[in-house]
Amino acid sequence: MDFRSSESPGSVETAGPRSEDALPESATAAVKVVIVGGFGVGKTTLVGSVSEIRPLTTEETMTQAGVGVDDTAGVERKSTTTVAMDFGRISINDELVLYLFGTPGQERFWFLWRGLFEGALGAVVLVDTRRLEVSFDVIGRLEERSVPFVVAVNSFPDAPSYPLDELRGALDLPADVPIVECDARLRTSSRDVLMALMRYLQTLAVTTEAS
Amino acid sequence: MNSDEPHWDGGGGPERLYVITGGRSGSSAKTTLDLVTLIVARSGPRPGMQPEQAAIVRICQRPLSVAEISAHLSLPVSVVTVLLSDLIADNRVFSRPPVPPAKLPDIALIEAVIDGLQKL
Repeated sequence: MDFRSSESPGSVETAGPRSEDALPESATAAVKVVIVGGFGVGKTTLVGSVSEIRPLTTEETMTQAGVGVDDTAGVERKSTTTVAMDFGRISINDELVLYLFGTPGQERFWFLWRGLFEGALGAVVLVDTRRLEVSFDVIGRLEERSVPFVVAVNSFPDAPSYPLDELRGALDLPADVPIVECDARLRTSSRDVLMALMRYLQTLAVTTEAS
Repeated sequence: MNSDEPHWDGGGGPERLYVITGGRSGSSAKTTLDLVTLIVARSGPRPGMQPEQAAIVRICQRPLSVAEISAHLSLPVSVVTVLLSDLIADNRVFSRPPVPPAKLPDIALIEAVIDGLQKL
């Protein structure tokens, strides 16, 4: 406290949420939704437009072992890469908090944050029609993991516009998986994407309970 | 916290992370902490606490997720998890686990989220 003026922005002492960003003491449980997509597809934009806090970034360090890791000569060949994940937060009610994590589409990054998909309510696959191919792999991986997801097509001004049915065919999406258009810059539009996921989860839950 | 403590440059180089955790990694820590486990401090920071642990205790006076702690401290989640495991073992903080995956999809929960989103 006495040394506040001497603190640099990077010091441990200055870190912390702004007081208006603090969760109520009554916040007892959190859930998460993962936003998956390729680089530059608008994950952080979507997270930022609905989040009640300025998006935060968590980083993990990935060590890529070179050849010959078993002998000491291999140590120098290890390279470390820092991979960032942006996330935001929505207080659902006094007790429940929803966190949104925007993660790169490549599966090798998913393992950096252990349990990223474990316990997630579901995922949003954010798609750029100019780079559809990035989404194939993501969709396949989510299906393998039985993570329920919806597809949201982020409408970039200069991106070609296709009918959603055509995109569904191109992405080889199962008939029951919702596909929606969005403008990730807009709060309401991003909110509607999350709503589409929740409605889909609702139908899945009903189906599960009925069976 | 005192002025003799080094001021970190905010960098997260491997050497610094090694020192903070005493060489332990997240994978060896027996823990069930999730990215969205909420952490709440039981009291304020104590003198003599490791700076990072004192910072965690200080920012967790109100509930904060593991991911947020990681972001505010500019430390990887794997490192924060090790620090939190110690703080939990020492009874400095307690955790509020996320809704367990076994209970998903929980229709009441989904409906609560829909209600919340509608208010946005």
